Parts: sequence; structure tokens; C-alpha cells
Amino acid sequence: MAYQFDFGAILPHWKLLLDGVVLTTELAAIGAVAGVGLGILGAWARTARPPVISQLVAIYVELIRNTPFLVQLFFIFFGLPALGLKLTEFQAAALAMIVNLGAYSTEIVRAGIQAIPAGQIEAAQSLAMNRVQIFRYIIIRPALKKIWPALSSQVVIVMLGSSVCSQIAAEELTFAANYIQGMNFRAFEVYFVTTGLYLVMSILLRQILKVFGNFLFERRHHA
Amino acid sequence: MPEFTLWDIVHNLLLAARWTVLLSLVAFVLGSIVGLALLLVRTAGNRWAVRVVRGYVELFQGTPLLMQLFIVFFGLPLIGIDVSPWVAATFGLTLFTSAFLTEIWRGCVESVAKGQWEASTALGMNFTQQMRYVILPQALRIAVPPTVGFSVQVVKGTAVTSIIGFIELTKAGTMITNATYAPFTVYGCVAVLYFLICYPLSLYARYLEGKFRHVTR
Repeated sequence: MAYQFDFGAILPHWKLLLDGVVLTTELAAIGAVAGVGLGILGAWARTARPPVISQLVAIYVELIRNTPFLVQLFFIFFGLPALGLKLTEFQAAALAMIVNLGAYSTEIVRAGIQAIPAGQIEAAQSLAMNRVQIFRYIIIRPALKKIWPALSSQVVIVMLGSSVCSQIAAEELTFAANYIQGMNFRAFEVYFVTTGLYLVMSILLRQILKVFGNFLFERRHHA
Repeated sequence: MPEFTLWDIVHNLLLAARWTVLLSLVAFVLGSIVGLALLLVRTAGNRWAVRVVRGYVELFQGTPLLMQLFIVFFGLPLIGIDVSPWVAATFGLTLFTSAFLTEIWRGCVESVAKGQWEASTALGMNFTQQMRYVILPQALRIAVPPTVGFSVQVVKGTAVTSIIGFIELTKAGTMITNATYAPFTVYGCVAVLYFLICYPLSLYARYLEGKFRHVTR
């Protein structure tokens, strides 16, 4: 029952894996930027004056956080065409990631905003700052700084979650792995290598976000 | 072609949801046991044991659940274990759950004040006694809300097992869609059913969080 490993069987297909890594990276980048943007918007909307908007955002957040990403993806890709919204595999995958990360980051950013002392906002008001200025300089910057680690973890989770986008035939890393497996039947080796690639990607992504966070929040100290 | 009523769809989804719930429970219980064992090793163990557990956690948190399931599903037969989707799903989810719970609980154990360790050492307690009488009872109170919160992730994780052929809620949704050509309705219902399982857990976790915060103040 000794199994002969043959990682050499993967080598001829390195280009496919690389394409998969590139597409996963693209999805992660789009998802991260637009998802966190949506989250900041959502967190702001949660403080909105007419509570209706705030409540609608709360429903969105709870719906997304309490259903699996895979089901959200299927609903967007297979279900939405019934409403006349037909998306390509890539568009559906990207949209699902944005919508998913948007919900989580709304909650994370909101927690950061709530941690801003009320006195800071009152001080800004007495300096005659308007609502947008207050949000931009007094609220969101310190809030983001505080929640950056949590936000980074969530971005990594969403990047890893994109693995299931292979199920709608978006040609990301897992799709490439399945494709190669279908050609050479070296399932174990292929998935082993792919898992390793994901691990490297998540460690790299974490580091990049850390450096980016430092750049974003520390440099003003010199001024 | 037979007609499917909404009730037909919901009824069949409900039947499949049983497996989602059962798999979640099994994975959560087994994951807790493994997680607790890893936590003890992590807390008591020597440098190497700590490193191994840390690597284990890093591995499962740094790779997709789907890949973990694929490796279990395709890997276990290689060492001569016959894997049905049930076995693979349970095994994969247990590993995943244990890694996350170990990490969550480690945070709880570490949040117990250092003086508690020192005091119990000064009283001549050994590690088992310290854990049993001093540390775990305190850590447990802190651990309950995030643990309940994490159970939602386990339930959602079971959806991924549909990909290796475990017939639960999501897989049933796909099969029913293929029969009814009504993906909007079917996946809508699937999402609602997941929500009905997960949302009470989320609410309970939030309630506990508020309650315990009140106690510690």
C-alpha cells in the first residue's frame, strides 16, 4: 500500500498553476479594495440619520455573515440571471467577494468607529469641521488604524475563500488544480502543491497588508 | 416535465438540512476535543510541541478549507482508509475546527492574569492542578462567547463539503436546481435556511458577549 509520490508530474503544468495564482491574486485585490471600500461606506451608513438606511445595512450585514460564501456565489451566478443580471464567471466571483467582504468589514470598521472617544468628535465640531471632514480626519483614520489587524485577517480569509469560485468555473488557482488533476490523476500531489501555494499567498498577503498599514498610519508622525 | 411547488423545494431542502446540522455538531464536538488537547500541549508543552501546534494552526488558517478537504478526500485512500464523503467531511472539518478553536482558546487562557499562574505555582500546584482548578475555570468564562460565535463558521464551512460530494443543504440545492431550473428560488431558500440555523447562534454569541462584559466590569 506504499504510494509513490511523483511531484514531477506537476512540473509540466506550472503555467496553469501560475495563471491560477494570477487570477486568484486579481480576485483578492479587487475584492479587498472594493470590499473594504464598501465596508467603510456601510459603516458610515450605520451612523446615518434616517435610521432606515442604517437598518437596511444591518440586514445586509446579518444576511451575508450568516450564510455560506458558496451559497452567495451560487445565488449571484446562477440565481441573478433570473432578474436579468447575467455575469461572467469572473464578474460573479469578484462581486461575491466584494459583497462578502463588504459585510464583514462594515462590522469591523463600525467597531473601530465606536471606539473613537466622543470628546474627539465634539472637539472637532467646536473647531467648525463639517461632517465629511470629521469623518475623514477624526473618525475613519484612527478607526482604521485600530482595526487594521482585524481587517487584514478578514481580507486573507476572503482570499482563501475564493477557492470555491472554481465551482462556477472561474479559472483561479483551485480551478487550475482540478484541471491538472483531471489530466494526470495525480490528485494528492496537485492539491499538496496548491495548498502550499495558498499558504505562501496568505503569508505574503498578511505581510503586504502589514507594511501597507504601517505606511498608511505611521508616516504622518514625522510631519 | 413534472411541476415542482415551492413546498416541494423547501421540503427537500429541509430534509437535507438535517445533514448540515448533524455534520456541524459532529465536527464541532470532535473539533473541540482535538482543540482542547492541542491547547493543553500548547500551554504545557516544550518548545517543540509549541512550534508544532503553532504550525498546525498556521497551516489550517492559511489554506482554504476546500484544499484541506481535497487532501483528506484524496489522501486518506492512499494510506488505505476508505473514504466516503461522510468520513472525509467529518475528518476535514474536525481538523479545521480544532485549529481555530485552539487559537481562540489560547487567547482566552493567555488573558487570565499572570499572577494567577504565579500564585498557584507558589501554592505548590502542578500543571494539571493549575489548569483544572485555577486557569481553565476562568478561561472558560471568557471563551464561551467567541466559541459560540465560531460555531457559525463551522455551519458555514459544511457548505464546502458539498464540493466533495457530501449531500447536505448546498448540494441538495444544486441537485434541486438541476431538476427545477429555478436557481433563484432554490438558492434563495438555501440561503434562508442557513440563515435560520446561523442567526440564532450569532444572536446568542452577541448576548453572551454583552453578559460577560457586564460580569467582568
